[in-house]
Amino acid sequence: MAITLIPKRVFKFPIEGKNISPDVFGKKSEKEIAALEMWEGNRKVSIGDLFDIKVDRSSSEDVTIKIEGNVGTVRNVGFRMSMGEVIVDGDVGMHVGEEMSGGSITVSGNAGSWAGSQMKDGTIEIKGNAGNYIGAAYRGSTKGMSGGKIVIHGNAGHEVGCFMRNGVIKILGDVGIFAGIHMNNGTIFVQGTSQGRAGAQMTNGKIVLAGHSEDVMPTFTIEDIKAKVKVDDEKIEGPFYRFTGDLADDGKGKLYVSKSENPYLKSYDKYLE
Amino acid sequence: MTELIVKNGFVYDPLNRIDGERMDICIRDGKIVKSVKDKAKVVDASGMVVMPGGVDIHSHIAGGEVDTGRLLRPEDHVKDVEVKTAVTRSGVGFSIPSTFTTGYRYSKMGYTTVMNPSMAPLQARHTHEELSDTPMIDKGTYPLLGDWWISLEHIRDGLLEENAAHIAWMLKATRGYAIKIVNPGGLEAWGFGRNVHSLDDQVPNFGITPREIIRGLCKVNTMLNLPHTIHLHTNNLGQPGNYVTALESMKCVEDLARKDKPVLHITHIQFCAFKGEDWGRLKSGAEEIANYVNNHSHVTLDMGQVVFSDTTTMTADGPFQFGLYHLTGNKWVNHDVETETSGGIVPFTYKRSSAVHATQWSIALEIMLLVKDPWKVFMTTDHPNAGPFFYYPKIFAWYISKKAREDMLKKINKRARKRSLLPTIDRELSLYELAIVTRAGQAKALGLKDKGHLGVGADADIAVYNINPERADPAKKFVSARKAFDRAAYTIKDGEVVVKDGKIVKQVFGKTYWVDVECARNHCRTTRARADAKIKKKFKDYWTVEYENYPIREGFLHSSAPVAVKAEI
Repeated sequence: MAITLIPKRVFKFPIEGKNISPDVFGKKSEKEIAALEMWEGNRKVSIGDLFDIKVDRSSSEDVTIKIEGNVGTVRNVGFRMSMGEVIVDGDVGMHVGEEMSGGSITVSGNAGSWAGSQMKDGTIEIKGNAGNYIGAAYRGSTKGMSGGKIVIHGNAGHEVGCFMRNGVIKILGDVGIFAGIHMNNGTIFVQGTSQGRAGAQMTNGKIVLAGHSEDVMPTFTIEDIKAKVKVDDEKIEGPFYRFTGDLADDGKGKLYVSKSENPYLKSYDKYLE
Repeated sequence: MTELIVKNGFVYDPLNRIDGERMDICIRDGKIVKSVKDKAKVVDASGMVVMPGGVDIHSHIAGGEVDTGRLLRPEDHVKDVEVKTAVTRSGVGFSIPSTFTTGYRYSKMGYTTVMNPSMAPLQARHTHEELSDTPMIDKGTYPLLGDWWISLEHIRDGLLEENAAHIAWMLKATRGYAIKIVNPGGLEAWGFGRNVHSLDDQVPNFGITPREIIRGLCKVNTMLNLPHTIHLHTNNLGQPGNYVTALESMKCVEDLARKDKPVLHITHIQFCAFKGEDWGRLKSGAEEIANYVNNHSHVTLDMGQVVFSDTTTMTADGPFQFGLYHLTGNKWVNHDVETETSGGIVPFTYKRSSAVHATQWSIALEIMLLVKDPWKVFMTTDHPNAGPFFYYPKIFAWYISKKAREDMLKKINKRARKRSLLPTIDRELSLYELAIVTRAGQAKALGLKDKGHLGVGADADIAVYNINPERADPAKKFVSARKAFDRAAYTIKDGEVVVKDGKIVKQVFGKTYWVDVECARNHCRTTRARADAKIKKKFKDYWTVEYENYPIREGFLHSSAPVAVKAEI
């Protein structure tokens, strides 16, 4: 079953899109889907008011939702989805794939902040850039992403993987400050540059910075140099300085920082002799 | 003149000794009367239970701690959002609901009076603002006076009458209802990073002991003829082996009892009924506590029943909360309120799988069931410390049904189950007894003469629950009873139907009770004048607030309900 949503107009106001999820659309007819509730700003509307809907039942059993167009103001797409596929051909708003436990989301444009926040399983792939708090915990909570995989081909903002408990986040572009803050377990990989303070208050888990990093926090201690590091079945070629921290929180997290991209870390070499 | 008649229900009104009799309750202008005219509006309660509106003697619903708790826990709110309706406003739960949601949820369970038990005097203005914004219920609040410098000085200097006059002024200045004492002496010590560990430890800088504070304030309470007793949160709260401290605290005012009137209320007794040397060997001290209470009539207790849930602990007991932070590693807030008290907040999850938590759950139930006289024990969860208040119906089910308790026993930690006394207790509370521990007894202990009963002249605060005791035994059908308590068929507040079928149909604002103590003797007035000059100087030296700005005007309360009291001084 494939459902295509085409925005009827350019959306100006924030839209609450919790209902755009394969689990909700699952067994519904075109009419029922069109009647599903949404909030546009402070007005209650239906999906049918905002989107043209096409349903194609000929294809497989799996539920695929395709959004053709920019929905950068629509938040919570794929909220708590457990199966199926969501493909966004354009930008998507905040909280995409929040608390999802299965299935996949692909975004060809940019995503807002909180993508994959508190997700348990499944995959999210964002071809463009993403905002802050990717795979993070809700404000105040200590339960971040606990499984699944997020791949961002562009850049991501600050506090990626905040309170992350498991799973993998791969960022092929750059990240802001505090990647992996409060991280508990899981893996974060950054191909591009990091603005620094990675792994602050992490207690466990793995952060791999393959590009330039502004700094390594003073509360991390050097262990050794590794030629390669494993990230989700993939071997990343190094060499990497391997640090342990955050000692301020009695942490046992591992922070790998590229040796070639960060010549200023040479000062650590003397501790390894 | 509005008239209403609640027809044909099974009425449980323990204060008037009515036990399930089928009768009508007549209401005129918010009061219960003998009869009404034929054209009075009818609420059909046939086949349902009619009780006085619920009364909660101890529930943190407003004030500095509660509000800081709200700020601390956005993740608590996001999972429990209330959308506005034509009648009600929007809000959030879960363990620290916003003020409006608090009022609505209490009302939906048939509760009509709730007491906020812990208010730093300095935060009285804030507390009353929040209470004024809490709809549907009547309320009151207890100022924390157990570690209040001026009172401690009076106790040190043996100035009993001056202390009484001062406390009377404090109750008026904060528009408070009762004297709340939290970890007496400990909070003052906490200002210097210390604590007290027994009733005879010295309080730093004052040279007095917790025993003297409790006794001193207990005497003051009697001298002022306050409607409620002193409301005590004991020393050593939440420490293994602390049942001894609880017993000591009860014993220390034994000789101050007058006739059979209680002089001491120990709150959330579950938290101070721990036996055993450490957490690993934690056992229930319920038997000892219950034995003592069964043999004495000067104490009342409320439970602090643990419910397995995520919640937020908040007390004025700063040192205890600091310990709890170290135990959990959770985020925390700790606070020292100038010369008055302290405070702390730590989010907490009670787990069935934890031996300690499961034992705590068991202790509170054991005490409730082992104390023979239901007029001495009251149901609370110390909301939100042992669980959010909207779990009350769950607790009712455990009280009225052994089967409900057994179902939960099967799910708890093995070690805790082995140590629990519950399997040996067959007692099931009747609906009559349940009405005592959830409303009549609490109203009586609070000295609220118009609450907790359905006699002529009482406030028309009534709860109607869809339970038919003739058709099914609530002990067997506890699930449907629980659901019925969860969603009152009708809640009537001051003679108006405000809840129907578990939904709010009308928003009303309740009154705020406070005690207005009148000191009779001239002597008292001169003492007051002398004290005034002393306090003014103190305020200049120590407080961040001017003496003139400290008291709350009566007009500041949304709906003020002073309880006039004549003191013996």
